[in-house]
Amino acid sequence: MFYIQQLINGLALGSIYALIALGYTMVYGVLRFINFAHSDILMVGAFAAFFLAPGIQGIFGPESIPGALLIFFFSALICALLGVLIEMLAYRPLRNRPKLTVLITAIGVSLFLEFTCQHKGVFGSKTRPFPTLIPAQEIHFGELVVSSNDLVVLIVTLLLLAALRFIVQRTKIGTAMRAVSFNPQAAALMGININHIISFTFALGSALAAIAGIFYAMRSPGIEPLMGIQPGLRAFIAAVVGGIGNLPGAALGGIVLGVIEAIAGGLPGVSNYRDGIAFAILILILLFRPAGLLGKFQAEKV
Amino acid sequence: MLEVKNLQVNYGVITALHGIDLTVEAGSIVTLIGANGAGKTTALRAVSGLERCAGGSITYDGQPIANLAPHEIVRRRLCHVPEGRMVFANLTVLENLQMGAYLVKDKQAIAREMAYVFNIFPRLKERERQVAGTLSGGEQQMLAIGRALMSRPRFLMLDEPSLGIAPILVKTIFEKIQEINRDHGITILLVEQNANLALEISHRGYVIETGRIILSDTSESLRKNPDVRKAYLGG
Ligand SMILES: Nc1ncnc2c1ncn2[C@@H]1O[C@H](COP(=O)(O)OP(=O)(O)O)[C@@H](O)[C@H]1O
Ligand SMILES: [Mg+2]
Repeated sequence: MFYIQQLINGLALGSIYALIALGYTMVYGVLRFINFAHSDILMVGAFAAFFLAPGIQGIFGPESIPGALLIFFFSALICALLGVLIEMLAYRPLRNRPKLTVLITAIGVSLFLEFTCQHKGVFGSKTRPFPTLIPAQEIHFGELVVSSNDLVVLIVTLLLLAALRFIVQRTKIGTAMRAVSFNPQAAALMGININHIISFTFALGSALAAIAGIFYAMRSPGIEPLMGIQPGLRAFIAAVVGGIGNLPGAALGGIVLGVIEAIAGGLPGVSNYRDGIAFAILILILLFRPAGLLGKFQAEKV
Repeated sequence: MLEVKNLQVNYGVITALHGIDLTVEAGSIVTLIGANGAGKTTALRAVSGLERCAGGSITYDGQPIANLAPHEIVRRRLCHVPEGRMVFANLTVLENLQMGAYLVKDKQAIAREMAYVFNIFPRLKERERQVAGTLSGGEQQMLAIGRALMSRPRFLMLDEPSLGIAPILVKTIFEKIQEINRDHGITILLVEQNANLALEISHRGYVIETGRIILSDTSESLRKNPDVRKAYLGG
């Protein structure tokens, strides 16, 4: 029973990692680099919700569902814009530069966001309690006690994954994303404006990160400007474990990571080593499947 | 229709094109022949906006197009079937064709083009749902040409359509190129190492050598030219 409970907890945590991991993997898919600032976008998402909540809840009432939906929506929108802006200002000018240059720039953007937000004129560095957005209840299934928030996270994540799959597989812009990811020059020869597709990819990934950031904040004691680092790192690893550039892989990697972390965290005597256990398992997976669970091995193009 | 004047392209410190001139009349098939590394691909890539022009001018339909973004050039219905085909191996045949029609908004026009492409390449219709990476080289070339036709080009540039294709398919592909030019009045600029075939179906030819045009004439005269025969037509 305990383990089933931990499993559900792990699935919820894993869903959050999955939503973040999708952003890493999508950006990698079109630009072939890791956007390290992604972890800070989820932090901005949590803060956006934090600042939007009083106003929106003032109109729709505290803990109301329409209010929560609006908070999620506007936070996602703010992060989508932020993601697009970061790409335009920081990464686009370096489009034809070596990937290492872009990678270091991404680390720079990440540090910039973290330390700017820590300034007392921005968010400040102290932890702030996160407001309740959705009424949380304990749901009993026989002996099993499940938090309603975990269920919300699971269901919303499933819906978002389905929506993302539909966009990528069935729509014209999604097909264009896959085309750009495979060969940007050939895509340009089809009349596809590569910049539009890249902006769209950043918007999509950042919106998902915002939602993940809010979910993460709902489970945390509070929010602060460095809160994105931990889940961001986990999600990055999830994306690699799933096979970087592979969308179902990122989702699967996130879930696997969350479940391992929750189960290991629940074992008596080893809970202090849960990160060690989680990462050891990941290293093992990568030893046997270097391209990740769902990735195809591909030699680096030179 | 296309007028290239004194076009210069550099790769870093290497100059690949030392100012070439090239004219393609509307409705014709013009071929650019030359040895490996002569600069044929570079010339096409510069016209379609994939390489930067360091000097000279490119005029299409009376408008300067040098250094426009590739999608701006496709919008003018000047399309490029690149060397090595570059089909989207991760997309199905149908999705590849849909990407070709990316800028076409009119659904009926897309359906018409699709029917036309399937008409000239029935093989593609049979493999509609198949992922393009699983096609043979010849089928991928058909797909690459079909995909370009989906954008309803008025001007089509083809880079070595015979490269890496079974000899029997090469003949078919060249017949189709002629057919596309005849039926749709699409102007064609064809780059080939297979000079024999290229000069057979084209009206005019240019010979390029290490980044310079060294000869231009009607295809018929080029085929009779002793120097051309010796260098490119196997004696
Ligand atoms: N991306 C590149 N970087 C550097 N040099 C290149 C590049 N592409 C082509 N070149 C050089 O430019 C010259 C012309 O190449 P290319 O246009 O591909 O010739 P062709 O298509 O006639 O075989 C060659 O010397 C080739 O080595
Ligand atoms: Mg070439």
